[in-house]
This record gives sequence, C-alpha cells and structure tokens, in this order.
Amino acid sequence: MAVPTYASPLERAWHYAYLVICGLIFFFLIAPIVVIIPLSFNTEPYFTFTDKMLSFDPDGYSMRWYDSLLTFGMQRPDAPRDLNWWADAWANAKWVNAAKNSIIIGFFSTLLATALGTLAALGLSRPEMPFRRAIMAILISPMIVPLIITATGMFFFYSNPCTLLGWFGLPTECGRLAGTYLGVILAHATLGIPFVIITVTATLVGFDQSLNRAAASLGANPRTTFFRITMPLILPGVISGALFAFVTSFDEVVAVLFIAGPDQQTIPRQMWNGIREQISPAILAVATLLVGFSIALLATVELLRRRSERIRGITPH
Amino acid sequence: MANALDPHAAVATVATGETDGTLRTADGKPLARALARSQTRARRRAFLLVLPLLAFVLITFVVPIGQMLQRSFYNDGFSAHMPELSQWFADNPRGTEPDDAAWAALADDLTSAAEDRTIGIVGTRINYDVPGTRSLFTSTGRKAKRGLEPPYRETLLDLDDEWGDPRLWSAMREASTPFTTNFYLAATDRTRDESGKIVQVEERQRVYIMLFMRTFWLSLLITALTFVLGFPIAHLLATLPMRKSNLLMILVLLPFWTSLLVRTTSWMVLLQQQGVINDVLVWLGVIGNEQRLQMIYNQAGTIIAMTHILLPFMILPLYSVMRTINPSYVRAARSLGATSWTAFRRVYFPQTLPGLGAGALLVFILAVGYYITPALVGGSSGQLISNLIALHMTDTLNWSMAAALAALLLGSVLILYWLYDRMVGIDNLKLG
Repeated sequence: MAVPTYASPLERAWHYAYLVICGLIFFFLIAPIVVIIPLSFNTEPYFTFTDKMLSFDPDGYSMRWYDSLLTFGMQRPDAPRDLNWWADAWANAKWVNAAKNSIIIGFFSTLLATALGTLAALGLSRPEMPFRRAIMAILISPMIVPLIITATGMFFFYSNPCTLLGWFGLPTECGRLAGTYLGVILAHATLGIPFVIITVTATLVGFDQSLNRAAASLGANPRTTFFRITMPLILPGVISGALFAFVTSFDEVVAVLFIAGPDQQTIPRQMWNGIREQISPAILAVATLLVGFSIALLATVELLRRRSERIRGITPH
Repeated sequence: MANALDPHAAVATVATGETDGTLRTADGKPLARALARSQTRARRRAFLLVLPLLAFVLITFVVPIGQMLQRSFYNDGFSAHMPELSQWFADNPRGTEPDDAAWAALADDLTSAAEDRTIGIVGTRINYDVPGTRSLFTSTGRKAKRGLEPPYRETLLDLDDEWGDPRLWSAMREASTPFTTNFYLAATDRTRDESGKIVQVEERQRVYIMLFMRTFWLSLLITALTFVLGFPIAHLLATLPMRKSNLLMILVLLPFWTSLLVRTTSWMVLLQQQGVINDVLVWLGVIGNEQRLQMIYNQAGTIIAMTHILLPFMILPLYSVMRTINPSYVRAARSLGATSWTAFRRVYFPQTLPGLGAGALLVFILAVGYYITPALVGGSSGQLISNLIALHMTDTLNWSMAAALAALLLGSVLILYWLYDRMVGIDNLKLG
C-alpha cells in the first residue's frame, strides 16, 4: 500500500497521518500486554516502574514474585531446597495445584469436545444433513449465550443432575456433579464445543468429497476412508479447534466460580481470588507466564494454518 | 464397486429396462424410490454423526438453561408450605377482606410450617415481594409452635401489627400459586399494589431498568469504539502485501489469544492512580501529582478494558471482508474524477458493510453479557446487568429474580444472535 503518484499533498499528509494512527492503535492493542512483563520482575511490591527499574539497576529487578508462586500455600516455604521442599511445593503450593487442575480439566474437556465436535462437524458438512442451520445454531450457542447465564443454569443442573430423570418417573436424587472434576470437565467441554465446530467445519468447506468416493470405489470401507483419507486432511483444523477448546477451558472462570468446589481451583480462579483479595505482583508473574503460553499457542495455530493451506493447495478442486 | 449409499452411484446404475415407462435401477427397483431411499439413508447417517454432540449440548446446556428460566416464573416456596391459606385465596376473589376463615387458615399453616421447619422458606418467598417480612414469619413461627389461640385475627395482630398490612396480604395472594409474573415485574422495576394493580416501584428503588439501559448503552458505545479503532487497522491489514500483513496480524491475534484475566489485570495495573499511565502523565507534566486521574473502578475502566478485549472481534470479520474487495473499483472511481474521500465514502465503505455488520453484532452480543471485566474494573458505576445476576445468585440468593433478569438478557441476546445468523450466517463465523 503506497501513496499513488497522482495524490495531492493533502492526501499524502493524510496517508502518513493514517499510518501514525494505525501505529497508535497497534500500540493500544499490544502495550497493555507487554507492560506487565517487566513489572513482574519488580523488586518492590508496586504495580509501577520504580526509579531503579527505569535506570536499569539490576537491584530493581528480581524473581521474588515467581518464587512466591512456588512457595505460596506451602507448609514450610523457608526450608532448605531439597527433595522434601519440592515434594511440599508439589503437594501444597496453591498456584502449583491450580496449574495441575487447569491442565487436568483442560485436557479431558478438550478431548471430549474435540471427539464429539469433530464427529458432528463431519455430519454437518454433508450435503444431506437435515436441519443443518438450526442444529448449527444450537451447537454454537454456548459461545453466544452470556457466560453468567450459562453458569447459572449449570449451577442448578450440576447441583442435582438427575432432576431430568423425573420426567421418566425415575428417582430424582443421585448425588452432585457440582464440586467434582467430572462436573467441571463436562461444563468446560460444553463451552469448548463451538470452537471445535467452527474450526473443523471451516476446514471441511474446502474438503473435496470426491476423495471419499475415490477411496470407496477403490474398495475402502468407511472407517478406512476416514482414518486414511479424511482425518489426515482435516487434522490441522481439528488440532487448532482442540487448541481453541483448551484455551477456552484454561481461561474460563465464571463456570468454575459457580460449579467448582475447593478442590478444583484452577489458575483463572486463583487469579480471580488474588485480584479481588490481596492484590500482589505475584499476579503479574502468573500473567507473564500466561502471555508466554499464549504466544506459544498462537505460533502453533499459525503453523497449523499454513500447513493446512499447503495440504489443501495440493488437493485438486 | 459402486456404493449403494451414494445417490450419484444410484443414478449411474440407471440403465436397464424401460418397459412400463419408469426408469429402473440395475436390480429392477424404480429409480425414484431407490433414490429417495438412499437419500434417506444418507440423511440418517449424517444425522447420526451429529446426534451424540447434539444430545450432549441439549443435556448439559439447553435443558439446564431451560430449568433455570423456569425458576423465573415458578416458585412454590409459599404455595407448597401454606396449603390452607392458598386454598382460601383460590376460593375467594381478589379484593375480599380476609375473614375469620382466612385468619384461621393462616394460623394453621403458620403452625404446621413452623413444626415442619419450612417457615423460613415461606418467609423468604414473601420477603422477595415485601422486603423485611422474613423475620415476621420466623418470629411468628417461633411463637406459633407453642400454639395459637383463637380468635386468630386478634392473636396474630397482637404478635405483630404487620399481619394486618394489606400489602402483605396482596403479596401472599400473589405467592399462593406457584406460577407468578412477579419476578418479571420486579425485573422491570414494577410491583403490585394492595389491589393488585401493576405500578412502578418508588423512584429510589428503581435499579433494573437503569441497569439494562446502562448495559445496552455501554455495549453500544464499546461497539462504536471498536469500530473506530478497528476499521483503520483492518483496512491497513487488508491492503498491505500478505507477508507484511501476516506479521502485523500477530499484533491483533496476540491479545485475542491472551487470557481475559491477564488483560484485565494489565488494565488494572495501567489505570491505577499510582499506575503507569498516571505516572507518565505526571512525569510529562500534563497533570499535577495531586490531580491523578481516576480511570478505574468506574465506567471509564469498564469502557477502556472492554474495548481492548473486544477489539479483535471487530477487526477479524472486517479484515476478512476487506480482503475480498477489489481495489480496482476505488481506482476506477478516482479515474472518473472522485476525490479520495468520495471514493472511500461511496465506493469502498459500502462494500465493507457486511464485515462491519458481522463485527458490530458480535461485539455487541459479547459486550451485553460481560461479567468478569466489569466486576473487576467497573467499581459501582461500571457494573452491568450480568453483575446483578451474579449478585442475586451468590449474595441475596434470590434465584427467581436472577432467573428473571437472565431471561430478559437472554431474550435480547437471542434476538441479536438470530439477526446475526440471518445477516451473516453462523457458519461464516471465523476465528483468526
């Protein structure tokens, strides 16, 4: 995009002004995320740059907030760092526990959402699919319905999931799913499903159905066709859908606030508590780690997208 | 071998006999029926693939929300535990003065509810309509356990004058059937007076309408801001050569992929009175050290943080539409003598409208339901309707009220969602 040769001086001036404006907006997008990174190394418990930090004095910087993530909630945080200390941290440190929970819940909910979502996307992209639009609208709705409403509905449902059986005259008491790992996993899977559906159906839009017919005509049964032909081609879409589902679960706090018990503290919930109660720069250390995490995910999705485009470039249309 | 399930294969095998004028497949079946059957089978197979997920979403999402909404018009807290008085209300039309039978029914029900320990539930239900009456029920219940003497009217009025309050009797009449519209009335700042007429609540108690208006107004403002900020960025990304624009796209996608709580935390750090922005302004001499700006824990905080968080949702759909706009149209307009502003206004901008519509609807839908960010940076003036639903869920425990507010919010979001589906098509939603 360059200024055309016939542009008047005013238009040239506007063009440069426009570039400056765009630069400022990019700054607005990125600066808030970048600014917390140096602040997380602050020696002082402040949320702003100290004079020492500004003069790049090494004394102004420290790892103490990262260290406090490891020790917070431990029984003996100041013990010498031997094997027992690490065992103590692994078992008791609150942020370590939150990370473990986030990963367990994220992993299983992603697995569930991806498996069900990919299957459904395959059905939805078939030309014969009845009620396609309506079903699609229902499956996407967990992304659109305000989280607080979803969480409220889930709160009642997971407190006593068997009320449904009352319709069939069966007993309506069968324990709770609220406060269990299974409950949180199911809830997060529900929230991750729209992302899997969207990414996988988008991949299938460019999918050449005659490949399936070719495989069938060469004698492959539907299962072989799926695993040898379809799956490798849509895999990049499936993986990026799974990453979206994982991030959704990893970042989700409202449903966790409503249905998780004290055993299912996740990273976002621990952050939520931290921000509301005793705000300490340890939050910034967590935030910095999460920014690193999202950069890694972004890079993965980008690589997958390119790979998908390359594979599909080979497919004849 | 041709696949029998494939309709095209069925057509391909048409060939044999035309004896009675109908086309037949190789094995002699009428073609139309064979085609219809294989179509049905293909539809069933497609549907079976979707079925597990559809069942899952219905059970874990649609039905729970339906059940929750049921609470907004169904509450049997009073009617289930005060059967005799409920019966009296059913037998006597509105406006009947409570007679001796009514007072006796009330005394009986209070005694049995107190013995069953359900008086608290009853009191809570009435308390929703007439604040401050829960203690009236529980304290009367304590005395009722020792037995109430007739004449009940005088006994109860001796215990507490409030039993004679016509508003209380009106509220009890409303609660005597499990189905009620009262929570929706309350959610729109209305109530019933003694005679059952619908009236507005006192001015200082009107909060919900104001909060709905604020939610929609702030969402609209945030949508407009994301448009103003997102449009130039999307345009730049769409007109730059692919390699450069992919690089810049990372600057849009990084915030999109960054945790919501991280971004909210960043804004808390930046906007605080002792925070980075205020420090910079003081250092530049724009403001004095004593006049540090209050940019957080108020509406300003909510607007700034939410604009930042929702900006990528505007940029991405705008960008994908702008990519497809043919630049030669603008060049043609210029060569026909249009100024660059006219060319933009009359040729380029109209072509971006589909993307603009998609982005604006998406941002608005998401903004209306926001909870986390306003709760953390909104203070009291930056709270949205979601925060009040959460308040009723976790603090006041008025779940029916939360459900009524949620129903109103859900209704408006679903209307917008339907619009989005009509205008953009939900299958065109893209994520990066």
